[in-house]
Amino acid sequence: MELIDQHSKAIMEGCKERARDAGLRFEDETLEYIVTNRDLLELSPKIMIPTMYDYWVQDVEVLKGKGRYELYPGNPFETVINTRPAISYYNDNNPDWLNVMIFYHVLGHIDFFQNNLYFRHTWDDDFTGQALADKRAITRLRGEHGRWVDYVIEFARSIDNLVDFHGLLSNLHRPSRNGVSQRMDFYFDVFLQERKQVRVNDYVKEIERYNACVREHGAEGEDVFFREVAVRYPEFAAMFEKAGRKQPDQGRDVMQFLLDHSPLLEREENRWMQDILQIVRKTSLYFQPQIRTKIMNEGWASYWHETLFMRDDRIKGHEVDFARVNAAVTAMPRVGLNPYALGMRLFAFIEEAADKGRYTRDFTALTDIEQRRRFDRKTGAGRDFIFTVRENYNDFLFVNSFIEQDFLDRHRLFVADKVLDEQRMVWRWYVKSRNAEDYKAMVRESLYHPPYITVDLDKTGEDTLYLVHHFEGMPLVAEFIHNTMLGLEFLWGGKVTLETTEVKSVKKPDQPVQPVLPGMAPAPGPEPEIEWQRVRYVMKDRKLGKGVI
Amino acid sequence: MKPQPDTVQHVTGFYDLADLQWIQALSPEGGSYSVRIKSLDDLMERDKRREKDGFPRKIRIGKLVKPGRGGKDKVVVVPTTVEEKFVHDPNFKEQAEGGGSGGSGEGEEGEVIGEQPVRPEPGEGDGAGPGQGEGSAHEMESNAYDLGKILTEQFSLPNLQNKGKKRSLTRYSYELTDRHRGFGQLLDKKATLRQLIKTNLALGRLDPVGGLDTTDFLVSPQDKVYRILSREKDFESQAMVFFLRDYSGSMSGKPTEVVVSQHVMIYSWILYQYAGQVESRFILHDTEAKEVPDFYTYYNSRVAGGTKVAAAFRLVNEIVQKENLARDYNIYVFHGTDGDDWDSEGKEMLPELEHMMTYSSRVGVTIAQNAYGSGGQTEVQKYLVGSGWLEEKKHLLRLDVMSEDAEEARIIEGIKHLISE
Repeated sequence: MELIDQHSKAIMEGCKERARDAGLRFEDETLEYIVTNRDLLELSPKIMIPTMYDYWVQDVEVLKGKGRYELYPGNPFETVINTRPAISYYNDNNPDWLNVMIFYHVLGHIDFFQNNLYFRHTWDDDFTGQALADKRAITRLRGEHGRWVDYVIEFARSIDNLVDFHGLLSNLHRPSRNGVSQRMDFYFDVFLQERKQVRVNDYVKEIERYNACVREHGAEGEDVFFREVAVRYPEFAAMFEKAGRKQPDQGRDVMQFLLDHSPLLEREENRWMQDILQIVRKTSLYFQPQIRTKIMNEGWASYWHETLFMRDDRIKGHEVDFARVNAAVTAMPRVGLNPYALGMRLFAFIEEAADKGRYTRDFTALTDIEQRRRFDRKTGAGRDFIFTVRENYNDFLFVNSFIEQDFLDRHRLFVADKVLDEQRMVWRWYVKSRNAEDYKAMVRESLYHPPYITVDLDKTGEDTLYLVHHFEGMPLVAEFIHNTMLGLEFLWGGKVTLETTEVKSVKKPDQPVQPVLPGMAPAPGPEPEIEWQRVRYVMKDRKLGKGVI
Repeated sequence: MKPQPDTVQHVTGFYDLADLQWIQALSPEGGSYSVRIKSLDDLMERDKRREKDGFPRKIRIGKLVKPGRGGKDKVVVVPTTVEEKFVHDPNFKEQAEGGGSGGSGEGEEGEVIGEQPVRPEPGEGDGAGPGQGEGSAHEMESNAYDLGKILTEQFSLPNLQNKGKKRSLTRYSYELTDRHRGFGQLLDKKATLRQLIKTNLALGRLDPVGGLDTTDFLVSPQDKVYRILSREKDFESQAMVFFLRDYSGSMSGKPTEVVVSQHVMIYSWILYQYAGQVESRFILHDTEAKEVPDFYTYYNSRVAGGTKVAAAFRLVNEIVQKENLARDYNIYVFHGTDGDDWDSEGKEMLPELEHMMTYSSRVGVTIAQNAYGSGGQTEVQKYLVGSGWLEEKKHLLRLDVMSEDAEEARIIEGIKHLISE
């Protein structure tokens, strides 16, 4: 890997100036590298982080990449990585005009990384530096513990999707206390509501009593208030002290829970395993926002490379070249999903709608289609609005909030589905729905969403780690359960239990054969009825058992 | 008439597309096969280690198949592995339909807009590998031929010698070995320079005594020597494999199953690996031995009387001598038995075996031990061990003893032992 030449770097700096003028915000320093195909082979399994720790699965991935490329070129890997400074990769022989377009795209990503709040936890450190330290740590551990290091990495990675990313964000974004003591928070938020479960009426009365105390006694008010609390609830002081000593552990972060409570990891001779778990957990958390903002991130970058390229004075004469490449990248596929195309169009749509002032009550209250069509307040606030969206939303919120019927109609989007034509052995794709709600549901289904699995704190004890899968309409992949739980048992050092939901039976309702019009798909039959059952998996001594609850 | 629906090639999801290949059209090149195989060995070694440590194996040998025209599918064998996690299973409805996707453009609701051929999803290796351990649902589905492909990854015939390379069949390899003047694929600089010197020497433009100044050279296009692609016939060593099986009374049931399934594997592997260049002969024996014409008969023949192993070995020796096979072939003999032999000290058997080892490249004996047997060593095992050849002539004679209810993985291990170098 080598840096791009000075000529290209000058182009990049020119792009930065223009991007800043347009409102994008990012740090001054960036690093641009030329990569060869050879580099890519090594880098892509490491998700383009050159300093990522070594692990044998990556070797298999590399091999798979090699093999697969012989048949189907192209594995997904990113151009920009979210580091300090941000690193981006380029093909050796891009012409200047193409580099201008890619630079703008890259700057769009960097702006997104450095401003979207879901990336908040990645802002203070350089991940390549951290990864390098981690890599060295793992190499050192391998020297001491041999292949067992790889087993621990394997088991840690098998649960690296069970990290409480949102919990981490929530802590980072929690506003500082405004003169309200922890005692107050605990009394009103936890003690009265959760422990005592007082009625609303009594709750309000307590607030009033507090206000009265403050009015009467000023700064002393709180103490006076709690003096009476101590009389009424003698147990409060002890409870508060107990709660204060330890942050309430919700068991939402299975990895962190193992780090804090696993009897095996706590043993002196196993401390090194904790380091590995920390590294794997950190790496996972680092990538969490990226996969949860794929549509927005690519959409935002595409929106800006198009906008900025079109007004760049340096690329005169290459408008047609650009149009061809840009169209190939951002065209809506006839069938399939393209994050670039969907994100870019949605950002443009949102900007226009905000320009017209449609995200207001005035507009949403309108029912007349003609009035809606003509509605235009000319607020000119569209740009600012999409900057707010890029700061505060993730894919789920983005899609869920802004995809609407007008958007679908404008771009003629639809939900596609396929039926099997058994005689000709082809899938026949057909238009299933042009309804915005259906489309939203389809997009939501396609989004990354790890299962919601938590530690049941009451049932977890000396003899077992008890995990609960909170069912959200989809079962777990059954064939992965064995090995995942094997790893958990190893890390916990004892029996592990998982409660989850599985399909008991699927009943396909009979449907009368209906005549099918030529060129049309047969009408979809009624949804099959699925009967669910709650089951409990137990992994003990590397043997997996299962029972219905 | 309505226009024909379009063909849908590949349906992408959100996470299939990323900058480097989507915008910059960059994708990593394939490494050479030899590089892959070397690391594959390391990986398999590591995978074997896992079992000893008490964890299930993780690497599968998968194959990627790219459908081609006229049935010429291209197969690439790759190791694959899955990192198991708790993840949602979107295919729980057990419907053929699979998930929907997005789309854009014309078309009314219900209208068919395109067709996509049904074929295995590209990219996922679907081969069942030997390392899977037990219990996985699809492991025995792979038929003998597929199995052969997979075994190929791990085995090759041992002690293969160059003997009478008569067969070439359809094997060719392409190499840049032929030279051509004037044009070609790769400029052979050394040969070109040599040619240039000859020409310029002839033209008198070169003074052999006072230093060489190549800038004065005349360069004629005819002097440029190129390498061009040439088709080379690959002559391969030929081999003959004898399969011997005891089908006596004591073999009924499981021992037969084990022996036969091991021979099926060896046979299918040879079939695939040495595509037609290896000839196979099949011999069944109880107290008498007879040759059967094909694997099918060999596989399906049922149990008869007592047991004399020596009969089968004698028959092989006779065939080899009569047809003078030793000169032109590498000869391999695989024998399957439950270990019973009326000739309990091997008085008849051992001389035959000794003679056999003078010409064969490897003799592999498999004993599928009866669970209810004597408990100790079987007769065949006893006299083979007693002969001392297992140690002394390790490269020629191998013995594999397993129980009659051995699993597939064990059987494959056995093959490895029988044919390893």
